Amino acid sequence: MNEATRDLVAAAAEAAATGTTAPVGVQSPWRRILADFAESRLALVGLALLVAIALAALTAPWISPQNPYDLSQLDVLDSKLAPGEASMNGTVHWLGTDDQGRDMLSAILYGLRISLGVGVSSVVCALALGLVLGLAAAYFGGWVDAVVMRVVDLQLSFPSILIALILLAVLGQGVGKIVVALVTVQWAYYARTVRSSALVERQKEYIEAAEVLALSRARIVLRHLLPNCLPPLIVVATVQVAHAIALEATLSFLGLGLPITEPSLGLLIANGFQYLLSGKYWISFYPGVALMLTIIAINLVADQLRDVLNPRLSR
Amino acid sequence: MSALPAPLVELRAVSKRFERTLDLAERATRLLRPAAPAPAVHALDRVDLTVREGEVVGLVGESGCGKSTLGRIVARALSPSAGERLWKGRPYADFDSGRDRRERLAVQMIFQDPFASLNPRMRIVDIVGEAPAVHGLVRRRERDEYVAGVLQRVGLDPATMRRFPHQFSGGQRSRIGIARALAVEPRFLVCDEAVASLDVSIQAQVLNLFARLREELRLTYLFISHDLGVIRHLSDRVVVMYLGRVVESARAVDLFAAPNHPYTRALVDELPRMDLRRRSFVPIRGEIPSPLAPPSGCHFHPRCPHAFERCRHEAPALREVGEGHVSACHLNER
Amino acid sequence: MSAPLLEVEGLRMHFFTKAGVVKAVDDASFSLERGRILGLVGESGSGKSMTGYSILGLVDPPGRIVGGHIRFEGRDLVGLSNAQWRGLRGNRIAMIFQDPMMTLNPVLRIDTQMIEAVRAHHAVSRAEARDRSREALAKVGIAAPDERLRAYPHHLSGGMRQRVAIAIALLNRPALVIADEPTTALDVTIQGQILYEMQKLCRESATALIWITHDLSVIAGLADDVCVMYAGRIVESGSVDEVLDRPLHPYTRGLLESVPGRNAPGRPLPQIPGMAPSPLQSLDGCPFRPRCGRATEACRTQPPSQSFGTRRVRCAHPLA
Repeated sequence: MNEATRDLVAAAAEAAATGTTAPVGVQSPWRRILADFAESRLALVGLALLVAIALAALTAPWISPQNPYDLSQLDVLDSKLAPGEASMNGTVHWLGTDDQGRDMLSAILYGLRISLGVGVSSVVCALALGLVLGLAAAYFGGWVDAVVMRVVDLQLSFPSILIALILLAVLGQGVGKIVVALVTVQWAYYARTVRSSALVERQKEYIEAAEVLALSRARIVLRHLLPNCLPPLIVVATVQVAHAIALEATLSFLGLGLPITEPSLGLLIANGFQYLLSGKYWISFYPGVALMLTIIAINLVADQLRDVLNPRLSR
Repeated sequence: MSALPAPLVELRAVSKRFERTLDLAERATRLLRPAAPAPAVHALDRVDLTVREGEVVGLVGESGCGKSTLGRIVARALSPSAGERLWKGRPYADFDSGRDRRERLAVQMIFQDPFASLNPRMRIVDIVGEAPAVHGLVRRRERDEYVAGVLQRVGLDPATMRRFPHQFSGGQRSRIGIARALAVEPRFLVCDEAVASLDVSIQAQVLNLFARLREELRLTYLFISHDLGVIRHLSDRVVVMYLGRVVESARAVDLFAAPNHPYTRALVDELPRMDLRRRSFVPIRGEIPSPLAPPSGCHFHPRCPHAFERCRHEAPALREVGEGHVSACHLNER
Repeated sequence: MSAPLLEVEGLRMHFFTKAGVVKAVDDASFSLERGRILGLVGESGSGKSMTGYSILGLVDPPGRIVGGHIRFEGRDLVGLSNAQWRGLRGNRIAMIFQDPMMTLNPVLRIDTQMIEAVRAHHAVSRAEARDRSREALAKVGIAAPDERLRAYPHHLSGGMRQRVAIAIALLNRPALVIADEPTTALDVTIQGQILYEMQKLCRESATALIWITHDLSVIAGLADDVCVMYAGRIVESGSVDEVLDRPLHPYTRGLLESVPGRNAPGRPLPQIPGMAPSPLQSLDGCPFRPRCGRATEACRTQPPSQSFGTRRVRCAHPLA
């Protein structure tokens, strides 16, 4: 019964936009998605938080009180200051300093930069790779499908941490290498999601119509199939950003991945770990809070996106 | 007496089998140990069909009869497993490449589902205008004007060009699908249950549109439907199918006046009639068999009130029972 | 004369959506005697299915019955509690849906579902319930009912599933059955069979039937009375003979004339211009006004409901 209700409500909402009299403003499908998204206050809070974090990370070099990597600015006498205390030269460290004398606030801002940067860039690359392979598998079928899917299955049967650890042990440290590791770990999710989406869309009649209209295969895949496979992909990608950030933090915590000169949030947490129980909690705590807030914000946005995009999928 | 117009589309002994494609693992096990043949759906069994220029051929039958598959084979959305298909006397394969490639556009298809047959993320102007632009029928600058013309022809307001499919009603979406097909200047339209999902009042509008377009553009139709009333309204000739085979074919007036095959007779009996009140519906027995396991001999024999021994073993051939009227039933030979 | 089995008076059912209020059913009134067959005819968006759901209390938020009465066997069905509904649904009133999978649970065997339906309302043994189920299946024309009882829904064809759904509806010998387009998705020959079964069963057990459809010819052959719906309102009602032979409302006439079977092949079909109004538009006056050839200024106000004997029509300018 709920289905019938839902159908009627959807039909009514659509009918509101039709009419042969005055033309209604063009409602692109994307704008509808944004409008539906805005219905959940929680998601809007998450979005606001995410935007704030992203802005903070982007403008870190300009808004942070200190450049935490510039060794000349550090003074070991300033180390392990509590939050709110002033340093030797009078600047107040709102979140304290770590054992090297680095201002925590600055370190967190720079660390966010790295975390978000690595998270987003690895997702974008993995998305591109997974998209190409998944679409190819769905459209061409046959042995292309078989080969791609078996590799995906193989990939997904290993825990991602394990693969990442092995790769980084081989490749060494550095931002680029961490991104490679994260891409390797993630692309399979996208490929699988795109493939199942594309398989469904491929059966639809508008694809058949395009074939009867003698449009080239490339055109059909890129112009017709791809845009309609994006919604579930967007949901996966958003969640995966959080996952990538968490994974990178874990790897840094374990000592692999990023070097000490470019600390990510994970590394900051690792550094402060030894002081956690001796009263100087802020060295680990605040980076941890920052990490947690970032991941929560991303998850709130992703949850609402998933709900908003799903009913359209079932149509 | 003038000669009959030339045939546009000819299908000769076309068969279509759908088999589940085996994946790598299954193929590997088959190499090691051959097993029973994979189950196949026999959608079409040696079907002949000829559609001449300017005529409307109605293709009617119930689920599993293969009419949609046949329509798709004509429109080139599917390839037959066996048999030939000819366009203006030449095999379809001739038009695969080279200069003749444009000729492929001459056969277009109108689909049943007005929701699923339009790309939900494309604007109407792109849906209708894409193919003509890509195939060079119209210059990019003139595309919008051209699309406006086509939309007007099908009774839509060109001002709505930049909207998306979900902003239109079911009847309007049907018209957009027709506009998309007309935009490439076809000569032949395959209408696959094009009015089935429409309300009666909208259906009347769209049927009138089809008739008008036929006049104005001198089109030829293969009109596929399960609704005999609609078929009767529109067709010059009717072909009746059952479980992958043609069971009867005749001019529309002849078929409805004197249906020969028992299945056709049952369908004509079920024609919706407003004047029969509180009728006692005389049912035709049995379920429609599954195309996976069609009955032996004449496919219709389990449900036929007149079936006898021969019907179980031998599939009847199409024989002439009148002028331009063929039927596949052993009863005609008694 | 005894009171009618079902009396619907001024039923109003609205959906409160974020896009606005959808008046799905707007002042519907009709009555049904025991053992009679009523056809509820309309196109999509006319509110016919929603009327059926309202009678059974199957309307979920954001929909709500906002007015009117539905009297069944003397009781008002509006505002019943869940416990009271459980005693009625499947027992005194049953429903058959367009998609039989709305009735059938895909993971349970047919006999499990049918036995459950019987024992929910009658304290009988499983064996007794099974016997009743077998009987019901045989009555709807299913050969070899024992085999079918052991099957799962996905083993059966569409027509067979619908027959099982009908059997389940009739299991507890309800006084009223509401059928929402049960044969629309089925093949014509199967539809013929099912219509035959339904007619026979209703006559035999004096079960009242409301048949909801868009197909006038089915109503012509099956029903005693008919209500024609448009934009949530009943625009015409009466006996089938009267309404189909001498329609009073311009919409009814337009509908009858658009059916291909009524017209000479090849000639243009008389068509009703335009489209049905959007359910969100609240209209003053008659909803059919934009499409009606007989509309005048008087039609801008809500047309009165006029009665001619047992017939009712809601039009300022009825035909004839």
